[in-house]
Amino acid sequence: MTTTVPTRGDLISRPSRRARMRMASSHPVVAFLIRRITAGILTLFVASILIYGAVLVLPGNVAQVVLGRNATPDRLAQVDAQLHLNQSVPGRYWHWLTGMLTGHFGNSMASLAQGQILSVSHAISTPLKNSLVLALITILVFIPLCLLLGTLAGLRAGSKTDHAISLTGLALGSLPEFLIGTLLIAILFSELNLLPAVSTIGPGETPFTHPNQLIMPVLTLLCVSVAFGTRLLRASIVEVMREDHVAMARLNGIGERRVISRYVLRNSLGPSVQVVAQMIQYLLGGIIITESVFNYPGIGTTLVQAVSVRDPQVVSVVAMLLATIYVAVNIVADLAVVFLVPKLRTSL
Amino acid sequence: MKAFLRIPRFARTPSGAIGLGLLVFVLLVAFLGPLIAPDSITETVGPPGQSPSGPAPFGTDFLGRDVFSRLLNGGHSVVLLGCAATALSYLLGVTVGLVAGYTRSVVDPLLMRTMDVLLAFPALLILLVLATGLGAHMWVLVVGVALVQLPAIARIIRTTTMEASTRGYVDAAVARGERPAAIMRREILPNVLPVLLADFGIRFGYSIVLIASMNFLGLGLTPPAADWGLMISENRNYIALNIWSVLAPAIMLALLTIAVNLTADAFVRSLGRSVGRGKRRRPSAVATALADLPAVAELPAAGGPMGGAR
Repeated sequence: MTTTVPTRGDLISRPSRRARMRMASSHPVVAFLIRRITAGILTLFVASILIYGAVLVLPGNVAQVVLGRNATPDRLAQVDAQLHLNQSVPGRYWHWLTGMLTGHFGNSMASLAQGQILSVSHAISTPLKNSLVLALITILVFIPLCLLLGTLAGLRAGSKTDHAISLTGLALGSLPEFLIGTLLIAILFSELNLLPAVSTIGPGETPFTHPNQLIMPVLTLLCVSVAFGTRLLRASIVEVMREDHVAMARLNGIGERRVISRYVLRNSLGPSVQVVAQMIQYLLGGIIITESVFNYPGIGTTLVQAVSVRDPQVVSVVAMLLATIYVAVNIVADLAVVFLVPKLRTSL
Repeated sequence: MKAFLRIPRFARTPSGAIGLGLLVFVLLVAFLGPLIAPDSITETVGPPGQSPSGPAPFGTDFLGRDVFSRLLNGGHSVVLLGCAATALSYLLGVTVGLVAGYTRSVVDPLLMRTMDVLLAFPALLILLVLATGLGAHMWVLVVGVALVQLPAIARIIRTTTMEASTRGYVDAAVARGERPAAIMRREILPNVLPVLLADFGIRFGYSIVLIASMNFLGLGLTPPAADWGLMISENRNYIALNIWSVLAPAIMLALLTIAVNLTADAFVRSLGRSVGRGKRRRPSAVATALADLPAVAELPAAGGPMGGAR
C-alpha cells in the first residue's frame, strides 16, 4: 500500500487559494462560455443596429410610409412622437434599443394608421404561444423520426433502403415549405377532404381547440427538415461504425444489437444535439412561411402581415426576438456538445 | 480525361441523368414557353376557376385568365432572378473573402464578424426586414438573397485565400511590386475559383427557393405578373374551383428545385474524388476539365471538395 501523506514537494507546488480560484474561472469550459456569450451579445447589438437601420431609417420618412393614405396631421404627429422622429437617428435608435431591453416594445404602427392603439407586446403574445405549440410538436415528432431513419440508413449504408431514404430526402428537402404545404392541401384537402386547408383558430382559442388543424403545418415542417436531420445522423453513424472500438466490440462477440445501441448510437449523440439545435434554428425561419400557407395565427403570420402593411415597430420587435433565440440556441448547443463529448473540451 | 468528352460524368449516374433531364425540360418551358403561349397573361378567356377544357388545358384562374399561358410565362422570372441573386452573392462574397483573407489587417475581423451577424438571422428574416424598409421590389429581392448567401461564400473564399496567399507565386508577385488588388485578382482569384464553383448549383437552388417563397408571400413580384410562386398564392383560396390553377405552377416549381438540386448533388459527387486529389497540384487541370461542361446556363459550373456545404 502506498502512503497518501503529501510530500514536501507536493505542498510547495500546490497553488495558492487565489491561484486556484483564478484557475477555476479560467477553466476552459467557463472561459468558453464567457467568450461565447460576449460574442453573442455583440452580435445581437450589431444585429439591432442593422434591423433598426433597415426597418426604421431606410424608408426615409417612416411616418409617411407607415400611414400611407391614412395620413392625417394628427396621426403623423402620433407616429412622430411614438418613433421620436424629431430626434437624430442615434437618439431614435437609443430610444428603440432601451425600449427593447426593458420590454417596452411600443405600439403597432398599422393600428395607429387605423386610428387605434395596439401595443406590440399585446399583438405578438398570443401568436408567440401558438407558434411555440407548433414548434414543440414538430420537434417532438422530428427527433424520433430522424433517429429512426438516420439509423436505418446509416446501418445499411449503400443498401436500397439507404438510397431510397437519401433520394426521397434530397427531393423533399429541396422543396420550399410553401410548395409542400400547397401540395399537401391539394392532396389532403382538395382531393381526399381529410383535413382543413386553413386554420380557423379564433381569438381566445388555443391550437388544441382544433388539433386536426395542426397536422398539415407540422407535416410540412417535417417534410422539409427530416431529410437534413437524417442525413447528418446517417453520416455520423457511418463514421462511428468504422471506428476501431466498434470492430473491437464485435470481435469480443458482443451481439450486433448491443454493439449498435451501446457503442454506435451513443457516440453519435454529439451530432444529434447539433441536429436538434439546427432544427430549432430552421424552425425560426420555417414557421414564418409555413404559418402563412395555412393562415396559422402564429408569429410568422404576424410578421408577414406586418411586413406587407409595413409596420416597422412590429417587424423590428419580432426580428430582434427571432435573432435573439437564434443566437441563444447556438450558444446552448455548443455548450451541450462540449458536455456530451468530453474529447472536444481539450480543443477549446 | 475521357469521362468529360461528351456526356459529363455526373449525367451518367441515375440521379444526375434524371436531374439534368428535368432541368432541361423546365428551362425549355420557362424560356420557350412565352413564345408559344396561346393567350396573353392578362387576358380574360373564360369564367373564373373553370376546370380544364379543350382551349384551356389547365382551366382558368381566379380572374378567368388562362392558366396554361400564365404557366408558360411564369418560369423565366424566378430563374433569372435566381441567377442575378446568385451572381451578386458571388460577387460580394468573393470580394469580402479575398479582402479579408489577403489583407489580414483589422479589415479581416471586421468583415468576418459582420458576416457572423448576417448568419444570426434566419434567411427569410433578412428578406422580410429588407422588404419592410425598402418595399416589395425585384431588386430588393435580389439584394436580399445575395445578402443571405454572402457569409457562407465569404468564409470559404477567405479560408482558401489564406491558404493560397502563402504560395510562392504570391511571394513572387509581391516581390515584383504588384499592387494588392492586382495580386488578388490575377494570382489568387483563379486559384480559389474552382473551390467556389463547387456549390454553385446548391446556392442557385437555394436562391430559387428563397425568391419563390417571397413571391408566394406577395413580397416580390406584384400582380398581374405571371410567376409560379405568385400564381400559387393568388389561386390557393380558390383551389376548390380549379385545382390545376395551383397544382400546375406548384409542380413546375417543384420540378425546377428538385432538378437543380439533383443535378448539383450528382455533379459535386462526381467531382468530389478526382478534384479533391488534383486540386492541390494542378488547379488549371480542373478549370480546363470544367470548361468542357454543357453550356446550359444554370448548371452548377464547377467542382471541388467543398460540395454539399450549405
